[in-house]
Amino acid sequence: MINDITLGQYFPGDSVIHRADPRMKLIIAFIMIGAVFAASSLISFAFLALVVVLLIFISKISPLVVLKGMKPVLFILFFTAFIQVFLTRTGTLIAEWWIFKIYSDGLMMAFKMMCRIALLVASTSLLLSYTTSPIALTDGIEGLLSPLKKLGLNTHDFAMMMSIAMRFIPTIIEETDKIMSAQKARGTDFSSGGLIKRAKAMIPIFVPLLASEIRRADELSCAMICRCYRGGEGRTKLKELKITSNDVILLLVCIGILALVITANILTTHFGLPI
Amino acid sequence: MDIIKIKDLSFSYKDGEDKLIPVLKNIDMSVKEGEFVAVLGHNGSGKSTLAKLINMILTEESGEFTGELSVCGKIITDDITEDEIYELRRHIGMVHQNPDNQIVATTVEEDVAFGPENLGIPREEIRKRVDEALEDVGMTEYMHHAPHRLSGGQKQRVAIAGIIAMQPEVIIFDESTAMLDPHGRREVMKTIKELNKLGKTILLITHYMDEAAEADRIIVLNDGEIYKEGTPQEIFSDAEALRRVRLDVPQVTELFTLLKEAGLPIQNIPTTTDGGAELLKNLFVQKGGR
Ligand SMILES: Nc1ncnc2c1ncn2[C@@H]1O[C@H](COP(=O)(O)OP(=O)(O)OP(=O)(O)O)[C@@H](O)[C@H]1O
Ligand SMILES: [Mg+2]
Repeated sequence: MINDITLGQYFPGDSVIHRADPRMKLIIAFIMIGAVFAASSLISFAFLALVVVLLIFISKISPLVVLKGMKPVLFILFFTAFIQVFLTRTGTLIAEWWIFKIYSDGLMMAFKMMCRIALLVASTSLLLSYTTSPIALTDGIEGLLSPLKKLGLNTHDFAMMMSIAMRFIPTIIEETDKIMSAQKARGTDFSSGGLIKRAKAMIPIFVPLLASEIRRADELSCAMICRCYRGGEGRTKLKELKITSNDVILLLVCIGILALVITANILTTHFGLPI
Repeated sequence: MDIIKIKDLSFSYKDGEDKLIPVLKNIDMSVKEGEFVAVLGHNGSGKSTLAKLINMILTEESGEFTGELSVCGKIITDDITEDEIYELRRHIGMVHQNPDNQIVATTVEEDVAFGPENLGIPREEIRKRVDEALEDVGMTEYMHHAPHRLSGGQKQRVAIAGIIAMQPEVIIFDESTAMLDPHGRREVMKTIKELNKLGKTILLITHYMDEAAEADRIIVLNDGEIYKEGTPQEIFSDAEALRRVRLDVPQVTELFTLLKEAGLPIQNIPTTTDGGAELLKNLFVQKGGR
């Protein structure tokens, strides 16, 4: 069961979105997040939903995958909707039961909130996790943070730590699995008893795991030193990030989307359009 | 020319407050350019310590050493600078025991590039070296794979490629086959022999007698001292001496020693399986000819 855990959910591919520069994708993702939060009228939500559909279409990621990606946020989705519905007391009263009163504004706000969260998750995962390999993502983060170098922050170390973590997550999962099997063979029971009993059963896993990972870190650092690693200074890279015209077009399209959403907002709030 | 030269070298690990654990005692040895030397010794005899000293991983903080060590013609002294150490280290690659703990990157290609990247080599040159190194170890088709999906032998070959790409003159293997299955061990040994043919100096630390038998020369360590030194022929001809230091002779050698004692006309006892096969063939031809 432990093997089901996959890191991120990168689906390799060769679409325009897959090939885009990770730095640009991060920027675009931020703009999209801005646009989703700026959106307040139904028309702007409809428009953003259209963008997500387009993203699905271009990246060739299965819509089912995107829907499944919603699973972890379902609780938050319904919880916030619930709060909105029952705590809003404006608009016309639609239904009433015991202490609960449902108003039209509450329903509307709940719906918008659900749209907002769903769009947020769908657009960021389509732009980042599904279409960007973890290593490209760390490179992108390093690239975007590089201006901070002037402030004395070590962005290279940070990126190196991230990519080593990603490299070793599968290895550590494998190791956990091995230790779990070994402890099960000795009669440790992980699946019965109360919370405290189960938590206690985890100790025989974590102690050997920790010991083993400390040894691993020691050996890895020795191997890195042997390969002349001495931090980011004077280091070259096999793969250099490059902004292409493709990336610029994507960015312009994205800025256009943000502008449209804001225009829609202004139209609805200032000119009183019903949507 | 001696690419590694060690004179009267002793080393003790520092253990907490001023307590010293002597590990290597009065080591004298040298390795010539292009030579293939195997180092044998039981657990804790100081083999890894020797390798780490040659590669300058052990510093004054980790222990105390006396004697003389020179690598690639440069004598290592106390006042060697950090830059000089890095400069020397690029000439001495080291492949470790656990294949998992020496692969740094998330794809094979990027891992092989790690060393050259650290050396600040231009990108086109890195590309070339990565492709050549993967070709050398026969892993070209796995270039874009994730390392954790590979077999132990394949991982170890990737680690070797990562070292080759730095183009060192000497490669030290510290029990690099110890965690592999027989198939993986064969793959790695084959790669090591090919590297030696390409002119790389090899220092092979191992527990397997049949691997040591492939070397030009064997150095046997026992409790931090050089116990014996010589060609595989010389070393394996005295099985008794090896057993005294908890080592053994290769199976072929043992077999032919027994056959010789049984009266078969054998002059030179073979140390490798290939040598044994050759000898056996000759014996049969002689028999058939008569
Ligand atoms: N960092 C250390 N601090 C203190 N003592 C150490 C350290 N590393 C190794 N030793 C000790 O030094 C001795 C030699 O260790 P070394 O690792 O060189 O042996 P080895 O021949 O490589 O053994 P193996 O075959 O198990 O790899 C051992 O007794 C070990 O306990
Ligand atoms: Mg060792």
